[in-house]
Amino acid sequence: MMQTLESILAEHPFFKGLDPDYLELVTGCASNVRFDAGTYIFREGEEASQFYLIREGKVALEIYAAQHGSITIETIEAGEVLGWSWIFPPYRWHFSGRVFEPTRAIALDGKCLRTKGEVDHDLGYELMKRVAQIMMERLQATRIRLLDMYGDNPGGRL
Amino acid sequence: MTSTLPDPMLPQLYRVQHVRREIPDTFTLELEPKDGGEIPPFATGQFNMLYVFGVGEIPISISGDPAKRRPLVHTTRAVGTVSRTMSELKPDDVIGVRGPFGSHWPIKQAEGKDVVIAAGGIGLAPLRSVMYHVSSQREKYGKTVLLYGARTPADILYRRELENWRAHFDLEVYVTVDRVTDLWRGSVGVVTQLIPRAPFDPKNTIAMVCGPELMMRFTIVELEKRGVALENIYLSMERNMKCAIGMCGHCQYGPNFVCKDGPVFQYSQIQALLAKWEV
Amino acid sequence: MNSSLPHVHDQVVVDREQIQELFVTLTRKGYRVVGPTVRDHAIVYDTVTSLADLPIGYTDEQDGGTYRLKKRSDEAMFGYAVGPQSWKKFLFPPVMRLWQARREENGFEVIPESQEIPKLAFIGVRSCELHAISIQDKVFMRADYSDPTYQSRRNNLCIVAVNCGHAGGTCFCTSMKTGPKVISDFDLALTEVLDKNHHYFVVEVGTQLGIELLQTIPYREASHDDAQLAEDIVANTAEHMGRSMDTIDIKDLLYRNMEHSRWDEVATRCLSCSNCTMVCPTCFCTTVEDVTDLTGKQAERWRKWDSCFTMDFSYIYGGSIRTSTKSRYRQWMTHKLASWIDQFGTSGCVGCGRCITWCPVGIDITEEVRAIRESENAPTRAAKEQS
Repeated sequence: MMQTLESILAEHPFFKGLDPDYLELVTGCASNVRFDAGTYIFREGEEASQFYLIREGKVALEIYAAQHGSITIETIEAGEVLGWSWIFPPYRWHFSGRVFEPTRAIALDGKCLRTKGEVDHDLGYELMKRVAQIMMERLQATRIRLLDMYGDNPGGRL
Repeated sequence: MTSTLPDPMLPQLYRVQHVRREIPDTFTLELEPKDGGEIPPFATGQFNMLYVFGVGEIPISISGDPAKRRPLVHTTRAVGTVSRTMSELKPDDVIGVRGPFGSHWPIKQAEGKDVVIAAGGIGLAPLRSVMYHVSSQREKYGKTVLLYGARTPADILYRRELENWRAHFDLEVYVTVDRVTDLWRGSVGVVTQLIPRAPFDPKNTIAMVCGPELMMRFTIVELEKRGVALENIYLSMERNMKCAIGMCGHCQYGPNFVCKDGPVFQYSQIQALLAKWEV
Repeated sequence: MNSSLPHVHDQVVVDREQIQELFVTLTRKGYRVVGPTVRDHAIVYDTVTSLADLPIGYTDEQDGGTYRLKKRSDEAMFGYAVGPQSWKKFLFPPVMRLWQARREENGFEVIPESQEIPKLAFIGVRSCELHAISIQDKVFMRADYSDPTYQSRRNNLCIVAVNCGHAGGTCFCTSMKTGPKVISDFDLALTEVLDKNHHYFVVEVGTQLGIELLQTIPYREASHDDAQLAEDIVANTAEHMGRSMDTIDIKDLLYRNMEHSRWDEVATRCLSCSNCTMVCPTCFCTTVEDVTDLTGKQAERWRKWDSCFTMDFSYIYGGSIRTSTKSRYRQWMTHKLASWIDQFGTSGCVGCGRCITWCPVGIDITEEVRAIRESENAPTRAAKEQS
């Protein structure tokens, strides 16, 4: 039997422990989506009103540098959360999201959730906590990559 | 009166059969004994001391297939005087070999369990022997996952072999790079990010970790978070070695001699030391 | 000449002059005799050919960073403690070639050293030094690997030990349970008895070789009083140790205090000069050096004493692990007193006091242990304020 969207969301680490009423609300803002390889889910600078729970596939966060073309910053893969710009002003994507491998995801209407969160602060807190967790993990990983630990000069020490 | 006691500091002579350039500044030597004869068997994770005439001797992990006695295979980075000179050796050149020394990866304890091999950078070299062993004795092991992190796509070691293993239906291979420098459609991120989604049962896994000390520490944190018991995590340490037989004192790490109590250690044994500075 | 020979464990009395006979017998048996002698205002160990080479009538005054030779008012042969050198320099040479290599048509050949084994006889080995030799035995002669030089010299070693009649200013063998009485592993053990009217030795026979050495020496059986006198001399030495160390729980004490502020404190004094490791009778660290001649056709590998106090002792590509003086001092002291126990089953320290005497700034290992221990026992400030 196929899993309902609500049960999938309930089990996902991002929404775990969320109050059942809020979960119902979130489910209302969710939908299954599919992206082909080579397409862009979003472009740098576009309005960020959605975020995605990746179920399968690979999406690259890219930045465009004129003389270098597109540079991949990071890849977001199965089990990970793509996008937090929907909850922080100016609500625009910082990077482009390019699909490397056919990707299935659950898209969430971040704009809708954000608006509701401004009114219901308990909901807002639950959302912000979870987004902060993702950011913390991403920041840690980024710091480790910055250390350049495979290089001869970790941390830039001479 | 003269002594005829065996001298563990005397090298055996081997001839270079082949020098393979792997990635920039990393090369592999394939060696055969100079005057014929047997190559002593080695256990995965062990190392030899390799001597370059007139230059010096360094410890290098054995990275060949333990089931294949010959040739003797060593992969290393050319970063110091000895290793740089070694990288310029040609087929037929002679090199001194002492060993094998040290403790080995827990391939016996891992039987019947899932196996996680987490390697970073040059750390894949001592773990390649484990991959050879596990894939040739596949029925003895559960899910087998290789996680590999490199600096950039150009720094991926043993790329073709990684691709071959990845093509197996019963092996999972995940490769990620810290940053991209060219066209790369693979994962971009630090190797620790591969752990949460890797398909293994943390309650029934032996994890073997090798790479720069920083990489190993971060990787172990993620493995712990995932629920792998500390006694089931093994890592390979590196320290200055002059004798490799526990007599020169250089490789001491707390009460451990990395050359004979290591280089492979059970994490629970050295957990306290890893956290300490300048030990 | 005696009609019958003594047995192992017997005690006999030998006149002072007869000690010269030991030199004769040992030389005749092909031994190179090594013992204490005066040089450069200190008592060192070197080849000695006769009784006259011994530091007769000398004593030493030792304290932190201080060593002075003084003349005694008597002619005691062993009336001093230990000097800057230890017997390890003979069993474990400070500089030694391991092998040579020579370029050939198709590669190179390795030429092992032909190990000529010297037969060594040590005269004047103290109990602490005997323990130090046993400690180094565990390092260099293992079931899996042995150092052939150490092993062959050790297997042919003759030991004429001495029970100390003089406790040094920095001695603490009683704390380490390594003396002053010689218990085992000797061929002969001498206790010097010297007063206004007498100068003789109470000699304990340790082995068959010890019996052979006494073959040409006139002796009489030691009476109960003789034996008691020897015991009293040693007991008196034990009462006059210059230092002491509480070794209760010392391994765990140091293991749990790796971040103690005392290490920072001692690091302000330590020069990392490595004197302590050079004079210590158990320190065993070495390095290897590969050299070639100018033609590049001959290569040699040498082994040399090294010290954990050097900056590049712990160097691996990228840098050294222990860069601070604090970490290196901590490494030396915790290895000596704590990790050595895990590695070899005994302490690495024999209480000879050399590291205290020969430290240019007088760092005292017993004081460092005391400082850490006392800070644990002292009530914390918070507790004090509460009461």
